[in-house]
Amino acid sequence: MKKQITISVNGEKHTLEVEPRELLVHVIREKLRLTGTHIGCDTTSCGACTVLLNGKSIKSCTVLAIQADGKEVSTVEGLATAEGLHPLQEGFKENHGLHCGFCTPGMLMRAVELLEHNDNPTEEEIRWGIAGNLCRCTGYNNIVKAIQYASAKMRGEETPSTEPEFV
Amino acid sequence: MGHSLKRKEDARFIQGKGHYVDDIQLPGMLHMDIVRSPYAYAKIKSINAEEALKIPGVIAVVTGKDLEKYNLHWMPTLMSDTQMVLPTDTVMYQAQEVAAVIATDRYAARDGKEAVMVEYEPMKPVIDPYKSLDPDAPVLRTDKEGKKDNHIWHWEVGDKEATEKLFNEAEVVVKEQMHIPRIHVSSIETCGCVADYDKINNHLTMYMTTQAPHAIRTVIALVAGHVGLTEEKVRVVSPDIGGGFGGKVPVYPGYVIAIAVSFLVGKPVKWVEDRSENLQADSFARDYHITAEMAGTKDGKILGTRFKILADHGYTDAAANPSKFPTGMFSIGTGSYDYQTTFMEADAVYTNKPPGGVAYRCSFRVTEAVHAIERITDRFALEIGKDPAQLRMENFIKKEDFPWKSPTGWEYDSGDYHAGLKKAMEVVGYDELRKEQAEKRKRGELMGIGISTFTEIVGAGPSKDFDILGIKMFDSAEIRVHPTGKAIARFGTKSQGQGHETTYAQIIAEELGIPAEHIQVEEGDTDTAPYGLGTYASRSTPTAGAAAAVAARKLRDKARKIAAYLLEVSEDDLEWEPGKFFVKGAPEKSKTIQEIVFAAYTNHPQGMEAGFEATHYYDPPNLTFPSGAYICVVDVDKDTGEIKVRRFVAIDDCGNIINPMIVQGQVHGGLTQGIAPAMYEELVYDEDGNILNGTFMDYLVPTAVESPSWETGHTVTPSPHHPIGAKGVGESPTVGAPPAIANAIVDALAPYGITHLDIPITPYKVWKALREKGAN
Repeated sequence: MKKQITISVNGEKHTLEVEPRELLVHVIREKLRLTGTHIGCDTTSCGACTVLLNGKSIKSCTVLAIQADGKEVSTVEGLATAEGLHPLQEGFKENHGLHCGFCTPGMLMRAVELLEHNDNPTEEEIRWGIAGNLCRCTGYNNIVKAIQYASAKMRGEETPSTEPEFV
Repeated sequence: MGHSLKRKEDARFIQGKGHYVDDIQLPGMLHMDIVRSPYAYAKIKSINAEEALKIPGVIAVVTGKDLEKYNLHWMPTLMSDTQMVLPTDTVMYQAQEVAAVIATDRYAARDGKEAVMVEYEPMKPVIDPYKSLDPDAPVLRTDKEGKKDNHIWHWEVGDKEATEKLFNEAEVVVKEQMHIPRIHVSSIETCGCVADYDKINNHLTMYMTTQAPHAIRTVIALVAGHVGLTEEKVRVVSPDIGGGFGGKVPVYPGYVIAIAVSFLVGKPVKWVEDRSENLQADSFARDYHITAEMAGTKDGKILGTRFKILADHGYTDAAANPSKFPTGMFSIGTGSYDYQTTFMEADAVYTNKPPGGVAYRCSFRVTEAVHAIERITDRFALEIGKDPAQLRMENFIKKEDFPWKSPTGWEYDSGDYHAGLKKAMEVVGYDELRKEQAEKRKRGELMGIGISTFTEIVGAGPSKDFDILGIKMFDSAEIRVHPTGKAIARFGTKSQGQGHETTYAQIIAEELGIPAEHIQVEEGDTDTAPYGLGTYASRSTPTAGAAAAVAARKLRDKARKIAAYLLEVSEDDLEWEPGKFFVKGAPEKSKTIQEIVFAAYTNHPQGMEAGFEATHYYDPPNLTFPSGAYICVVDVDKDTGEIKVRRFVAIDDCGNIINPMIVQGQVHGGLTQGIAPAMYEELVYDEDGNILNGTFMDYLVPTAVESPSWETGHTVTPSPHHPIGAKGVGESPTVGAPPAIANAIVDALAPYGITHLDIPITPYKVWKALREKGAN
């Protein structure tokens, strides 16, 4: 029995027929073809599917599409604007905060909310803040640096050096 | 070279425009899900698909009996063993593929999977590898004619007699039993494929998560050539890969079933496993039980080592090693030390566990070897009461003794182990830390300092010894420079996050003088890329990176001829500086590489072949031997067993560095995959063969919280035989970190007489060991 829902994704309204059990991540990826949001596990552990639902970061593999009815979803595809990359996107690129790129969209979306709540997080706050997102490639050092870079930029301060501390 | 160029590939990844297998959606595409065995060892009495087939959207249920009609129910493994694609009568491990459900969407496929009724007759499985060799253990591989036990192979290297004599006469002998546990690579993207067979043109396009697309194409042709899928009819495309680490080298049954179904129904079939399937059924890594021994003198001279291995391969030998090396590169296990007596032997056995033996960000079993040598070296230092850094310094192979012949037959190309350890000790403040430790010990506090000074062996490999299924382990580069001086370069390797699009462009830029931003790098499509064996075992820079340099040099030679023609001088009168040739003594007379390339298409010398492209298949003359010196500092809570990694300093030597930012990034990531098995990860089975932690809820991949803030640095000892002196780096830290951490924890516990703990060293293990030694 399908149900009609209306969700706004990155500011664009979509009215869709979905099954009640259909996961939000599948609707985003397969019906709206926004494939930047990834699936990395089946236990809400890895965070590759993280998107914002009404501004709050959630794991879209554990939210039903019908729960998003009438709400606003933001995905990685909506981060950059006509003016250019989001400071977090720039931070990840400048600081080598990604290798294979699979966890990156989820990591970015989680960091968006993190910086909204805390515009100048310490390293420890960042590490705990992204503890729900797994990365297998980078060892996290440069993800921390990337988020620090973005936080400085968003506060209008000078961004820290992006040179690797490789003595 | 040596420039931290920002990565070319990042633009798409940070904007959600990466293109991974699960992103592919083709018209009419079907979805496949797999029914898996709940038992580790059982007879299949019946498979009933009746209810499943009633579910709307389910169109077929495929079993081993269906595949048997086409002789596709078996496949070879990379180690020339055999593996079921789908069983016809018996399942050999929990989570083994039993049947495949094909449906019009993924939800229907999953419903179908739940509705397939399989009747099993469970049997008592063989789980303990030691018990698998008992005379009364059931013979598991009854499919192999004449097989009378569960033994797979025996391997040995070194001088058994001389080693025995040495150990009988040595002043000091130390011995520890170690388990290097079964773990899983757990790349965040699982494995999957879209098999797209076009009936009209008899052509298969296989989009899949593979680290070795060319080898896979050949394997498909070998397995399915008899049904018409010969090699020119097969195109393998490996799009962006969400991490590999060795887990995407093997051929899994799911791939073969997807191909078979697409071939039969003429529609694309997608199979993407979920995380639990990935953890429970795809190739594991390691699972070596090692008895490690070292012999030496009382004043600290290492004289010899002896290693005896029992390798648990699970149901079949599906390891991914070069054919002649059943234990991979384990024979690097004599380490960084100057001695010539060793004996190593290994026996591999079958058990009722999933098959595998792939690397885990490691060059073919090097991690196992390094753990054994670095742990037993510390054990030796402890036994004779010598500082482990001092002991290492006294026993290192000296810089001037390279190239150095190891007792197991390797020729280490270059190294400066003293410089690496000296630097690591300075950065970490070693002497101060030892003082702090002594004071803390007086107060009863537990602090440990652990060292690992490892030698890696990567870049497989020279064709005289290295092949996979008979295909020699060269790799390739093809460079085409367009008339306007911009290039596309294609490779037989396949990045899974290593940054090839940037690094390879930098190598070509260095050699040819075309800016890296004007060089497009492409990999992963067997229709366009030159043949190569793929990316694993830190081989891309040593092989394909070398091929890029040599191909670029071929082009530079051609450029010199064209420049001589354009400038009307002889070739000998020309000098090269990056980007142009100029006339000796008259630097104003020059031609840029762009002008030369344009001439190659518009005004080339008569008699010369037009165009500007070159290909090179690079067969390395030797392997490369990166090294590192790692120091870890831990604080251990005596009451709870909690371990805090306070510092971790990693000094790596990977030869000449192409992009420091990328090298450092590889080191960071490898270190986290080093702490993972040292402290968190292990696939645990109960005596019935049930996996106890087969999901991400309980298989503990480190988060940013568990991962320390790594401190990294480097020394540079170029490889003398590699065209640009590079050695490879992606796996060194995974290899070197676990013993540094284990040594630090054991060092912290040394006042209690604890000499060894198996990894993963958890708070519970520490707490228990302390209690057993009388702590309260």
